Formats: sequence, C-alpha cells, structure tokens
Amino acid sequence: MRPGKRHRVLPGFPLALGYTLFYLALIVLIPLSAVFLKSATLNWEQFWSTVSAPRVVASYRVTFGTALLAAAINGVFGLIFAWVLVRYSFPGKRVVDALVDLPFALPTAVAGIALTAIYAGNGWLGQWLEPLGVKVAFTPLGILIALTFIGLPFVVRTVQPVLEDLDTELEEAAVSLGADRWQTFRHIVLPALLPALLTGFALAFARAVGEYGSVIFIAGNVPMVSEITPLLIISKLEQFDYAGATAIAVVMLVVSFVLLFLINGLQIWTNRSRER
Amino acid sequence: MSGAVVSHWVVHSHRFETNAATREPAWVKRLLIAIALAFFALFLLLPLATVFAEALRRGWVVYFAALTEPDARSAIKLTLLVAAIAVPLNLVFGVAAAWAVAKFNFRGKQLLTTLIDLPFSVSPVVAGLMYVLLFGSQGWFGAWLLQNDFKIIFAMPGLVLATVFVTVPFIARELIPLMEAQGREDEEAAVVLGASGWQIFWHVTLPNIKWGLLYGVILCNARAMGEFGAVSVVSGHIRGRTNTMPLYVEILYNEYNFAAAFAVASLLALLALLTLVVKSVVEWRGQQQLSADQEAT
Amino acid sequence: MSIRVEKIVKRFGQFVAIDNVTLDFPTGQLVGLLGPSGCGKTTLLRIIAGLESADAGRVFLEGEDASDTHVRERQVGFVFQHYALFRHMTVFDNVAFGLRIKPRGQRPAESAIRERVGQLLDLVQLAALAQRYPAQLSGGQRQRIALARALAVEPRVMLLDEPFGALDAKVRKELRRWLRSLHDALHFTSVFVTHDQEEALEVSDQVVLMNHGRVEQVGTPTQVYEHPATPFVYGFLGAVNLFHGWVQGQHLDVAEGRLPLNYGNFPAGTEALGFVRPHELDIATDLADPSGFVAQVERILAFGSTARVELTGAHGEPRRLYEVELSRERADALNLSAGQRVRLKPARIRLFPPEQVAEVSIRILGGLGTQKATH
Repeated sequence: MRPGKRHRVLPGFPLALGYTLFYLALIVLIPLSAVFLKSATLNWEQFWSTVSAPRVVASYRVTFGTALLAAAINGVFGLIFAWVLVRYSFPGKRVVDALVDLPFALPTAVAGIALTAIYAGNGWLGQWLEPLGVKVAFTPLGILIALTFIGLPFVVRTVQPVLEDLDTELEEAAVSLGADRWQTFRHIVLPALLPALLTGFALAFARAVGEYGSVIFIAGNVPMVSEITPLLIISKLEQFDYAGATAIAVVMLVVSFVLLFLINGLQIWTNRSRER
Repeated sequence: MSGAVVSHWVVHSHRFETNAATREPAWVKRLLIAIALAFFALFLLLPLATVFAEALRRGWVVYFAALTEPDARSAIKLTLLVAAIAVPLNLVFGVAAAWAVAKFNFRGKQLLTTLIDLPFSVSPVVAGLMYVLLFGSQGWFGAWLLQNDFKIIFAMPGLVLATVFVTVPFIARELIPLMEAQGREDEEAAVVLGASGWQIFWHVTLPNIKWGLLYGVILCNARAMGEFGAVSVVSGHIRGRTNTMPLYVEILYNEYNFAAAFAVASLLALLALLTLVVKSVVEWRGQQQLSADQEAT
Repeated sequence: MSIRVEKIVKRFGQFVAIDNVTLDFPTGQLVGLLGPSGCGKTTLLRIIAGLESADAGRVFLEGEDASDTHVRERQVGFVFQHYALFRHMTVFDNVAFGLRIKPRGQRPAESAIRERVGQLLDLVQLAALAQRYPAQLSGGQRQRIALARALAVEPRVMLLDEPFGALDAKVRKELRRWLRSLHDALHFTSVFVTHDQEEALEVSDQVVLMNHGRVEQVGTPTQVYEHPATPFVYGFLGAVNLFHGWVQGQHLDVAEGRLPLNYGNFPAGTEALGFVRPHELDIATDLADPSGFVAQVERILAFGSTARVELTGAHGEPRRLYEVELSRERADALNLSAGQRVRLKPARIRLFPPEQVAEVSIRILGGLGTQKATH
C-alpha cells in the first residue's frame, strides 16, 4: 500500500475531530486564555496584593473550608445513601433514588432561596434552631448547608455503580474465612469503594468551590465572615475592576485545574479497580 | 459529573438481603435506612416542598398573577430561547466529539476528553467573566463590537455563550462511554454491507445511542435553563430584556417579593422534577437495552 | 473467485502482527486460518476485508488489485465473532439491510428484497423467526442470521472471524457441519479464522497455520496433521510426547534408552528432538522386550472408542510424563492397572533440530498439557 494512503474504515473522523477542536477552541480555550492574558497586564506585585488582600484571603478560607467540610459530610452520608439504595429494599426506594439527582436538576438559585427560607430566623427550621443559639442563615453554617445540598449526588452516583458491580463472592470469601460483618466491610468492601468514594468527594469539592447561585442567598455575604470567592469576583466586576476580578479568577482557575487533574487520576484509578 | 446511563434503576437488593455473607444485622439496616431517609428529607425533600409551599402561600391568584406578569413572561421566553439555541449546539458538538473519541484511536485522546470535561470544573462566575473580558466594553473585541453596534455582553448572545460554556460536557460525557462500550463492530458490519457514512450513523449508530443521547440532552437542558452564576455575570439584569428565569427569581427575591420569587422558582422546580421523571424513564429504557445487549453477547 | 495476499506486513506500535505473509486462497474453497491467539490470523482476515489496512503488501481479489478499494466496494461478506447484529432491527430487517441501503439505481424493488430475504432465511432455516429481534435468538441462531445478512449482498468472498467462538460446544459442532454443507451447496470462496484445531481440521478444504505473524504451513487437514512441517504445527495440532537426544544411525539415543528411527536424514551425532503422538506410542507388558523403555502406569482414562494412558518415566527427577492413546480393544487386551510397569515403544518418531523447537517449546509445553517436562 502506498504510504500515507491509509484510509480509515469508518468515515467522518476528520470532520468530527475538526469540529470538536474548533468548537472547544471557540467556546472554551480562547475565552480561558483571555483570563490568563488579562491577568498578565498586572505586574507581580499588583497581582499578589490583589489575591492576598485580607478580605480575599478570608474568602478563600470560607470557600475552601466550607467546600471541604461539605464534601466530607457528603462522603459519609453519600456512602450511607448509596449503600442503602443498593443493598436494601424499602418502600419508596425508587422515588428516593430518582430524587437523589435533584441537586443536579434544580436550578441553584431556586435551591438558594428555598434553603434560605428554611433556615432564616423566621423560617421552617430556623425558628426552632435560633432560640437554641444555632444561627444557620447568613453564617458560614448556611454556606455549608447549601454546599452539602449541591454535592450529595456526586458521591452517591459515583459510589453506587461500583457498589452494584461489587462481586458478592468477595464478601462470601471473607465470611468463610471467619471475618465478621464489620471486618468484612472495613477490609474488603471499603477498599474496593475507596477510589469511587474519593472521586465523588473530589467532584463534590470541585463543584462546591466554584458554586455561586445556591450560596449567595443564604450566605448573607458579610465581608471577612461569610463572603465566598466567586462573589468577590462579581463585586470587583461591578466596580469595573476587571484586572482585580481576573486576578482572583486566575487563582480559582488554577485550583480548578489541579482538581480536574486529580479527579482524572482518581477516575482512571476507579475504572482500573472496577475492571479487576 | 453525571454518571453514564448507569445501572442503578434495576437494583436487585434482594440478593444482598438474603445472602448471609452480605447481610447486616436488622438494627444496623434499620439505622442506616433511617439515617439515609432523614438526610433525604432534610436536604432534598424539605427544600423542594418549601418552594411550592412558599409559592402558594398567598394563594393561587397571586401565584398566577406572578407568572403572567409581562416581566415574568419575557423571562420564561428568554430562558426557553437560550436553551433552544444552546442545547442543539452542544448536541451537535457532543455527537461529533463522541464519534471522534469513541470510534477512533489518535494521539492526544486523553487530553481531549479532559478538555471536554474542563467546563465542569470552572466556576460559573469565572465562566461569565471570560466572556466579559472578551466581549465587554473593555474587552478584546469590545471596541470592534461597539463600532459595529453588536451587543454580546448584557444581551442575548452573551447569555447563550455563557450557557453553552457551562453545558458543553453534558452530552459528550454521556455518549463517549456508551459508544466506547458498544465498540466498532456494528458500524464495521454496516460498512462491509455497503453503507455510507450517513447511512451508518442514521441506521446503526443513532438507534444504538438514542437513550444515552436523550439522557444527555435532558441533563443539558436542565442545566441550561437553570444556570445562574455564569449568566448573572453577562446579563446586566435588564428587566424584560436580559433576565432569564433564575435571574428574575433573584431580582424578585431581593425586592422582598417572596411570593412571586417562589412562584417563578416553582416553575423551575417543576422543570427539575420533570427532568428527573424523564431521566428515570430513559434510564429504565437504557437499562433494558443494556441487559438485552448483554444477553446478546 | 480467488484471493491472493502478497507480502503483507502489519504492525501495531512495536508489535508485528503480520510479518511478510503471502498466501493464495483458491476459488470455491473453504480455508481455515488457524493459530493461537495473537498470531495475526484475525488481523489478516480484516486486511483481506479492508477493515484494516496493511503497512505493506497487496491484496488481490480475483487477480485484481483491491488494496486501495474501500471495504464498502470490495464486495466481501464478513461474519463477526460476536455477530454484530443490529439489535434494534428485526431478523428480517437485518438481512435486508445491505439491500435497502443500496443507492436508488441499484436497489432492488421492495418485493424483490422480500423475496431474496425470504430465500436466505429459508437457506439458514430460520424463516419462522423473521420478525424476532436479535436479543430473542440463541447464539447459534444469531450466527446463522449474521451469515444470511452477509450473503444477502452477494459477496464475492465470505470472511468469517471465529464464527463459532462464542458458542457452546454442542452448538458449535452442529454449526460447523451446517457451515460445511452450506459451503458445499453454494461453493463461495471462504476464509474463516479459528483457534480450535479440531474445528479447522474438520471444516476446511485447506488449513493455513499461523504463528507469530508468519505462516507455518499450508495444506489439507490430512497433510498438516500427518506431515507437520514445523515443530509448532506438530505441537499445535495435537498432543505430543517429546524426546531429547542424539541421532546414532537408525536410533535416537535419549535418557530413557535407545529409540528406533524409521527414517534417517539426520547425520550421526546430531542433537535432535523427537516428537511422538500419543497414538504413535505402543505399550508392551512384556518387560523382557528389549525395544522401547520402561515406564509406570499412573492413570487409565477409558471412555469412548479410545483409551488414554498416563505414565511416568523410570528415569530422572522430576519423573517424566507420557501419554499414550490406544484403541479400546488394545487397552482391554493389555488389561493394564495403575502402578504397573510396562515398556513404551514409539512406532514413529518425527525429528526436529533443537533450535527450531526452542522457539516454540514454551507454547508446546503450555498449550498442550501432555508433555510436562522436556530436555
């Protein structure tokens, strides 16, 4: 065969790949590079003083702290949720299973105002919690609640299929070797679920870090206390401080990329351990 | 983010509950179910119920008045319009990307799939900012756009762009694993029988992926209609002009017009519920197809 | 319609899947491509079909260079290992697919299509299932439909990739016979790939044995079985007892003793490996007999028309294992029992130089399970 004349059997590859790259460049790559190029108009001191201003640093603490905590809560409860959905039958299970995805489907603004209405001082739960000294709405605790809501499906939906695929033979073997139920879970089931659990955790965390809609209503947005980083970007934009907004955005983007990289690695790990 | 058309619809938990090796003591089981249901009620059911309860607190008259108000109607129209443009764009993209990634081998494939996933990990606010930097009055193309009297930021095109960005991965992410799992054999069989590219796509590939495709479209649409952060940055919040439903909810809420805010929100919540119903049906059908396929091999 | 492949080379990265293969497939014959997995047989089949393109070499269909012809125009029928039936189409629509997608000018009328599909379904004896979906069929039925679908477009050649690989043993046997009789009725030129030597020997007119991307031998089933050209072929086509030793005149001197040779084109003193099939070893209960060597009976597997006897050698540690196949009558006459010491007498030894064997010895050892220990 003449070199270079190697036709592919299935058609459409150049068109499909070409269009994919063109579209991604137009929608994703060029706009993203705009952020980095814009931030390059700042010199290092300007950049650093913007991203390390006390109010900005406080917002990192709020954002990453609550996101991490929410992802951890989801790690625990998401695992229980997935376990219950896969291993037990109970009335209404199908409805529960379907509604787990509600945070994916419900617009974040709707979730935001609903959670605020529940936890505000005069709200459904707030009116009982506040006399006990627990203020939820307009505090970091409110942000935590919103981020927990947003992140739940990530953990459930990554752990659930792995748990379903898990060969019962493994547990049967453990039992036949004399392990009790907890030992079996601890040494056999949990290690098998770990890659998926970590992936779910990382996905929930990544989503929570960037979340805006569900948080701003319940957060109260008190500077230094309950102000999240995405909100700071918006307030800088509203003051036409494009460079400042961009500098903070760069910080968030770098964090996102690191997380994406991590999640990719975790997913490869999950798939590998599933294939085994 | 969203799992592929996963197998969680038909859950044969019976086999775990009757197997001595995979069964927990009854009290543990009851405790775990209780925890899960409590969490479910607190975090999922309660917010959903609140939306409808708050929406109807002042009665049906106020509810319908809030929805039929001109600003509300234009927000609904704009939301539908934006989704009607963004979803088909991402549909074509998703199919093209999945065809390239799942049916061919080439260098840089892993990088490309990562790139497709990228918008999921970018904060919506940053997404909006990107387009402001490109097309805003201070942006790269700002002056040129101003000269030619074409508005992107604080106008419909900006809303579409921001929405397209945040929903880019949905359909591709559904299709890629599905089409990879199905392999190339069916398409090869068709090509040996003499089918052309479009014939292969319409008669063989599309029927094989239709449930996954529909699943992706539904999720993409839900996000497109509900997106808040990204569109909030590019919209400019011009009432009756650039307010989508979620943005309109925010405005009403900030004006302490709670009943109206929740009325509009209830429409979005209904859309979410509808999405979940259709999603369940699609999952069920996809599951059926999957088990039929598994039987077939 | 004949097929010729000429100097085909195909690499996947560093791995050479096909290493300069030239082959002729004569018109009207059913040729089996046989070899262990990874030997390149499926890749060669896909290159003939045009589903894969070779790095070098050419494919001729009916003397005409088809190397640059797209699969779509090659007019080959291809049957996939996992059938590749379109699951959303009925059996009827599957078979009709190739006809219905023809360009308007060449497409037969719908009535003609119906008639043709009907004939094909009669041919594969599945007319009653025309309106079923693939998921409702058994594996054997699916493979017959896949064949009917491939035949519908009147291919010039039929290519079958492990057509019975996914079926269970009983259905496999039935389908083999059915394919052979179908071929005898229609006489299309066909090539089929298999890793099952019994299948290849039973069905093919010609067998092509492949290993490591190269052709080891081409011949009729009798030729390749009775006169294996290489140690690989010998080992692949059946169980083997191996003897390592030196040629001395009309004998092979091995650790066990002195074995008679019935041909002698090896110069005296040459190191050689002797291959003996289990049915070429005879057992003598008379220990005083000077020919052959002593071994001890371990197990006797007597069912069906033949009996297999497993023995261990008297020499060396670990003990060598031998396998002998006898007719039932002979086994009954010998009246062997486990633990008995007997003499083994090779009736025929096939010699190969050791270097040639070294290349394939691992396969012989791993693949057969008869010969546990060698030199």
